[in-house]
Amino acid sequence: MVNSQMRLGRTFAALVDPTRRAILTRLERAGTATVSELASPFAIRLPAVMKHLGVLDEAGLISRSKSGRTVTVRLRAAPMREALAWLRRYERFWSESIDRLAAYAEAREAAARAHPRKRRR
Amino acid sequence: MISVTLVRRIAARPSIVFDALTTPEGIRCWLGPDEGPVLIAEADVRVGGRFRLRFRKLDGSEHESSGEYLEVRRPERLAMTWRWLDAEDPGVSRVEFDLRPVRDGTELTLTHSALADENTRRSHEEGWRGSLTKLALHFQTTRKKRVS
Repeated sequence: MVNSQMRLGRTFAALVDPTRRAILTRLERAGTATVSELASPFAIRLPAVMKHLGVLDEAGLISRSKSGRTVTVRLRAAPMREALAWLRRYERFWSESIDRLAAYAEAREAAARAHPRKRRR
Repeated sequence: MISVTLVRRIAARPSIVFDALTTPEGIRCWLGPDEGPVLIAEADVRVGGRFRLRFRKLDGSEHESSGEYLEVRRPERLAMTWRWLDAEDPGVSRVEFDLRPVRDGTELTLTHSALADENTRRSHEEGWRGSLTKLALHFQTTRKKRVS
């Protein structure tokens, strides 16, 4: 079974690195870019950029195609969408739950103050 | 690893917030993403004890989660494993609540973390504490309560 958590894990492991996030941000704006275009803003050498691109490729976040001596890099959106869906699901679940938890606890606090003898530790 | 972190100020002392998090009566009042009812709230609140929660959303769908308490320190910390019964999000994740006393209330920090892959799931405690890289998405609830 290709586990969705494994995919999510790869996606997020790839996203942890700031250089890789910067590469993705750039691709998001430009759509496609060559490897040398992607390397130019960073103070790291081409082999290091290639390594980052390898990680992003394995995570399914980009695809690479070669034409002559030029490698073109393209953003692939599906794994990002899956990761964002995970985040949104839990963000919504917990923020709604915690809002009601706060209301409940605050009512209990008010009740404890109104009847101090019943106050709990 | 991926995690969601939520920080919320609550105008109630930490012990009251902790009890709201851990008693069936409390859980029934707050669990779930909408106003649908909580159907099951079972909680054996001690390290190694288990919980089982089931709620119905307003769209009629029912969702159940269960897990094991990993840390129980009233009133400042609660940590547990979390697994949905449905296949929508398989695997074990981890939920942590930290309660910090602030003036006239509590600052609650919730972190829900997914595990990176099946290997770390198998060695779960070590995986969580150890080598996993972490991307935390921090956000504040927009309706952050002012504690006056």
